[in-house]
Amino acid sequence: MKASPFWILALLVTVCFTLAVTLGLRIGNPVERPQSNNAFKLLFGEGQRLFANEFYVMADVYFHGGYYPSIFDQPEGKSHILAASRGESDEEDTTNVDFFGSPKDWIDRFGNHFRVNQHTHLDQGAEAQEILPWLKLAADTNPQMIQTYTVAAYWLRKNVHKPKEAEAFLREGLHNNPGNCEILFALGRIYNEDYHDTVRARNVWTAALQRWQAQGDDAKKSVESKQLCDAISMNLAYLEENAGNWPRAIQYLEMAKQVSPAPDDIQKQIDEAKRKVTNDK
Amino acid sequence: MSKIFAIAGVVIKELYRRKDFYVLFVLTAVITLVAGMHRFFNDPNIVRYAKDLCMLLIWISALVIAIATTARQIPVERENRTIFPLLAKPVTRWQVVVGKFMGSWLATGVALLVFYIFFGIATGSREEVSRWPVYFQAFWLQWVMLGVVVAITLLGSVVFSAPSANVTICFIAIAGILFLGGHLNVIALRNAEPVQSVICAVYYLIPHLEWFDLRDRLVHGWGRVSWFDCGLATLYAAAYAWLFLLLTWLVFRRKSL
Repeated sequence: MKASPFWILALLVTVCFTLAVTLGLRIGNPVERPQSNNAFKLLFGEGQRLFANEFYVMADVYFHGGYYPSIFDQPEGKSHILAASRGESDEEDTTNVDFFGSPKDWIDRFGNHFRVNQHTHLDQGAEAQEILPWLKLAADTNPQMIQTYTVAAYWLRKNVHKPKEAEAFLREGLHNNPGNCEILFALGRIYNEDYHDTVRARNVWTAALQRWQAQGDDAKKSVESKQLCDAISMNLAYLEENAGNWPRAIQYLEMAKQVSPAPDDIQKQIDEAKRKVTNDK
Repeated sequence: MSKIFAIAGVVIKELYRRKDFYVLFVLTAVITLVAGMHRFFNDPNIVRYAKDLCMLLIWISALVIAIATTARQIPVERENRTIFPLLAKPVTRWQVVVGKFMGSWLATGVALLVFYIFFGIATGSREEVSRWPVYFQAFWLQWVMLGVVVAITLLGSVVFSAPSANVTICFIAIAGILFLGGHLNVIALRNAEPVQSVICAVYYLIPHLEWFDLRDRLVHGWGRVSWFDCGLATLYAAAYAWLFLLLTWLVFRRKSL
């Protein structure tokens, strides 16, 4: 007896439907299960975190307009998007760094004509927005990767002029990393510099400082951690200075002095603030 | 020459009868359009990631079409015994080899052109007219590079016993050249002798297919390559393609059918 293809198709559909219903009931209501918010989560589960660093590197590649060293070339060190978002690129122009070095032979020399061979940064103009998809993907694949939130927020508000989107992204980061002082500091900058809401900025930075102080001693010792404490304290000190609250400003400057790489400069500011307090009296 | 083009014509007809190209094209188009429609941070002007993804898919698809089309040309003719009437026309073995090469290369070129037209419509419509030479160069250099890939695969098809083995080995070899080929000189320096000399010899012997990849220039808005360099790269690829064709003919000439 020869079975019609339609009968075979009908049988397959019935089997599929039966299997789907049986498995669906056994697994439970899909609404109650943790939802896979993206394709990577669905495909790789927790293994998706491995991709986060790659996506973050892709953001740096886009920041350089495709001019980027491979694993075989000179290591770059700290990513330039992070350095630029921390204002470190203002101090040092890194666009003169040659990742590939001088050509080693005629093959290398001729190949140079085809690849991108100019070190540039997308920090000027609206082109910096092109790094954002990769930072969003990095944050989606590893929600604990703090710098993706802070770097994306910086470029969103500075170059794309979207402080609301930056705030929403930082709040997402805060939701995934409750009480993280780096994200709180970035949030405070949006309130202070974009919304000019000094009251909320002060509250958020105060919370950031408290969180920083609540950390273990090991966490406070790293250079980056000290830089963060320095930045929070200094920003709070400026807020208090502008509000005419000199004793509080001095208190924050004293805190900054303990972690700053240039304590003498801060001491000068403290002395000046103390003079102003005396003059006011 | 007419015999070569007659053989090539059959290969081109085979491409549009098979479903490989259509499946790959629809996949590329759907993935690119879905990626392009996604809005990151409510910004409609973010486009480079979609262009990058589209170009990556075009490269993968073009390699799949080139290798899969070429790998089965001679083995299938032998398997179906159609090689005997073909050689009895009379057509020489050299003409069969060149005809199969021309057919596979032109068929891949037609497929690549369709992909690039889609890319141009999907992403290039926002570009300035001055950017079109970069698009042309990217297409041309990729097509020229695929000529070398087709020639390598054709050589593999007369050396290896089965098309599946040939396809796998060619994919690994081509991917290896594209990812590591340009760095072998650096890798060689990190090794002791005699490994250093072996890697160095490989570095100078392999065709440097990574030159022909202008994706970064296209995606990140860089200008065109000098036409002179483009011409030199074309000559370089042509030399390698003919070298591999010659090797194919030398092996095929002595092969019992």
